[in-house]
Amino acid sequence: MKKLLFILISLIATTEVMAAGGGSYIGEKVQSNIRSVDSLRNGAKTYMNYCMGCHSMDYQRYNRVAQDLNLTEDEMMNGLVLTDAKFADKMTIAMTKEQSAAWFNKAVAPDLTVIAKARGVDWLYNFLINFYADPTRPSGWNNLTFENASMPHILWELQGIRTAHFETHTDEEGNEHKEFKNFETVEAGTLSEQAYKDLATDLVNFLDYSSEPAQLIRMSYAPWVLLFVAVFTFLAYLLKVNYFRDIH
Amino acid sequence: MGKIASSSSTGGLGGWINARLPVTQFYKDHLSEYYAPKNFNFWYFFGSLALLVLVNQILTGIWLTMHYKPDAAQAFGMVEYIMRDVPWGWLIRYLHTTGASAFFIVIYFHMFRGLLYGSYKKPRELVWIIGMVIYLALMAEAFLGYVLPWGNMSYWGAKVITQLFGAVPWVGDSLVEWVRGDYLISDATLNRFFALHVVALPLAIVALVVLHIAALHTVGSNNPEGIEIKKHKDENGKPLDGIPFHPYYTVKDIFGVGMFLLIFLFIVFVKPDMGGLFLEHDNYVPANPAVTPEHIKPVWYFTPFYAMLRAVPDMQMGALIMALAIVVLFFLPWLDRSPVKSIRYRRWPFKVMLSLFAVAFVILGWLGMQGATELYKLMAQVLTAFYFFYFIWLFLYSRNEKYHEVPERIEDH
Repeated sequence: MKKLLFILISLIATTEVMAAGGGSYIGEKVQSNIRSVDSLRNGAKTYMNYCMGCHSMDYQRYNRVAQDLNLTEDEMMNGLVLTDAKFADKMTIAMTKEQSAAWFNKAVAPDLTVIAKARGVDWLYNFLINFYADPTRPSGWNNLTFENASMPHILWELQGIRTAHFETHTDEEGNEHKEFKNFETVEAGTLSEQAYKDLATDLVNFLDYSSEPAQLIRMSYAPWVLLFVAVFTFLAYLLKVNYFRDIH
Repeated sequence: MGKIASSSSTGGLGGWINARLPVTQFYKDHLSEYYAPKNFNFWYFFGSLALLVLVNQILTGIWLTMHYKPDAAQAFGMVEYIMRDVPWGWLIRYLHTTGASAFFIVIYFHMFRGLLYGSYKKPRELVWIIGMVIYLALMAEAFLGYVLPWGNMSYWGAKVITQLFGAVPWVGDSLVEWVRGDYLISDATLNRFFALHVVALPLAIVALVVLHIAALHTVGSNNPEGIEIKKHKDENGKPLDGIPFHPYYTVKDIFGVGMFLLIFLFIVFVKPDMGGLFLEHDNYVPANPAVTPEHIKPVWYFTPFYAMLRAVPDMQMGALIMALAIVVLFFLPWLDRSPVKSIRYRRWPFKVMLSLFAVAFVILGWLGMQGATELYKLMAQVLTAFYFFYFIWLFLYSRNEKYHEVPERIEDH
């Protein structure tokens, strides 16, 4: 397998190869509720205010979001949307991939429509709450969950500025391991710690919704579909028993 | 239905058609007067379920094709378009993706039934071999379909699998290029995979299924006792231990369909991703030749063979072992030399070994999903060796196997 991978990687040696992962610290699980319309509205608001400058949602439409979040066209387009987009438009952004690469040290801000399917909600939540100041990084920020992420801490005014303390262990083989110890607040944010976590939860909830808007409908149909099939199966069973009564 | 059967007379529209095309005779031969053993159990649901899933895949596939474009620049977005903008598109897609996994679950149960009751044995060798060809075609069909959403795992999976053709001596590299239609996995690859997935392989599979059933209906169905019901017939030539497929097994299979749909639709409506098992997380990232997924692994139904491939350090040998693991199954009718078909009349060594074989296959499947650590690699090597040992053991052991006496007739239970 190693040889096979080597062959594959050498095939594309001309392009830059990078691992999709990085650090993966998951300190706590997110407590989000996809059925809470208030939470989804809050998440949508945060997304449009803070995230959409760089992150598109190319497969999501404003009118679909409005419909699923019980918002009128006016509430959506004049209350939430900051651009002159049309109601039926997709949630695209003006920044091109080339501009993103030029401005963010070669990184391209990914489209976030289905990011919750790719990363999982717990990862996203931990990514949002685990930023810390790190002067060694080009952006001045680093992240416990996604080590050396190119993204700066967009929500820093809300969460405040924190530094992270690490302990370094040396194992039997002489390899050094950095272990996270705690955060230290340098400058308090405008939100309390809990209020910031709530904001992150709502944002992750919105991303979860966006990754599959149909999940709201799907889940609501599930009990009825299964009930119908259960009744059908029971009747089919009675029919089968009746037919096989004479077979020995 | 009784009406159709009685219209075999010469009069009326039925008579007119029957004089030109023996519809009634066909209906009798394969349904109302096809005599199946009366003692089918749980394991005999999976044949009709495989047919159900095949029809599901074809119908949902047709509707997906109406909304999808095999274009490398658009394919990933087309899937999201189906999920959002196409009315009921999400249901059609989930029926298709869940159907793909369900197909393999049903087929693995169906094949294991054959192993339990010796359904591959004389006179059903061709039924088994045609079934194996269907299994191969299904694997190709599933792989090609997996590439179409053009996610990152689609891309890298396609790269690894097509690279396997490179293991063919001398012409390997040219073969890889020929299969891909390009030097790399590209738009050309996506286009040809689409053509094969929606036209070529479905046609082949449907044709093979027709042959599979035709061969089965020629020799008659086996049963959990492994007793040939055709040996004992009444004065009209009907097997004494047989019952007409319709209405008895059509009715029973409808119940099986209900049970199956309960599980199937639960997955479709409640957990279509199956926690990343049916729809993988990495495939929600668009195909990117520059970013390798952390673990490149196929979908669960291929992982036993993938574990075998990884167990062998040399790629060429690994590909050979993987191919042999499937080829050896074709020879099963001749590897098992015991005159007894059903496990019910075979003694404990066979029971133990078949159970271990099944367990080894499942663990190999699990190993194929994990990252390759040294321990896992060693486990995969041992289990791969056991997989092949089973067939050697079976060939030697079954020659003079001691067994319980098989009754002449199917007893009442």
